Amino acid sequence: MVPIFFAYFALVSIVAGLLTVSLRNPVHCGIALLALLGHVAGLFVLLHAEFVAVVQIIIYAGAILILYLFVLMLLNLKTEERYFHRRHAWYITGVGALTVELLMVLLASRFSGAKGPATVAAVEEIGNSTAIGILMFSDYLLPFEIVGVFLLGAIVGAIVLAKTPSPADLSGDER
Amino acid sequence: MIPLSYYMILSAIVFVTGVVGVLIRRNIIMLLLSIELMLNATNINFVAFSYYLGNIAGQVFVFFALTVAAAEVAVGLAIIIALYRGKATVNVAELNLMKW
Repeated sequence: MVPIFFAYFALVSIVAGLLTVSLRNPVHCGIALLALLGHVAGLFVLLHAEFVAVVQIIIYAGAILILYLFVLMLLNLKTEERYFHRRHAWYITGVGALTVELLMVLLASRFSGAKGPATVAAVEEIGNSTAIGILMFSDYLLPFEIVGVFLLGAIVGAIVLAKTPSPADLSGDER
Repeated sequence: MIPLSYYMILSAIVFVTGVVGVLIRRNIIMLLLSIELMLNATNINFVAFSYYLGNIAGQVFVFFALTVAAAEVAVGLAIIIALYRGKATVNVAELNLMKW
């Protein structure tokens, strides 16, 4: 059963990714990205990372993508603008050749290593979110705090950047 | 049991798709969307390694990657709105103020 689900999620992820970069209407691209995010969340469930899957749906699909769509509709883009780079065929060929090389390397390799303590059975015993929480608030407490400060800075920066300039600012010699 | 390399191949393909998107798209919002593709590809890798190597730290790092993505989107879109207010374009070819 798992291989079927993996094949489905993987194929739809790849197709949705391709659509995301190739569709012409930016709103359609956003919807394609939504499909990709949902199917990547499905992959996370297959990998026994249920909490990450739910967070992926809530934050990526529910918050980040909505923000994109808001801005796309706010800007109300003209449809006749040139979409692709002039020499995009060259870029695609070059990157495609590199990808084939990369896939050869990946297919030949085994990627095994020392197994950690968090086997599926051990994680199931205490629950996935509990296991993540214990690790995040012990070993990774400092990164967690740094990320909190970082987010605060990002929020303040976004508000300052997107604030509508008051008429007093515009009348200056800035513009 | 699916080999780990399948997940890595999937992740590589999605990542490369994102790279191609950054290279060929001229709409600055689409550039940010392509970066989201790349971040998702790395998340697939993190979670796959977390499962196959029995280490939950990979899932913790997905959260940090998610946070960085959220901050990037908030600041990036704010910059795009400020840019659009000034130049009324989202085409990166026309945003050449700092080009020399």
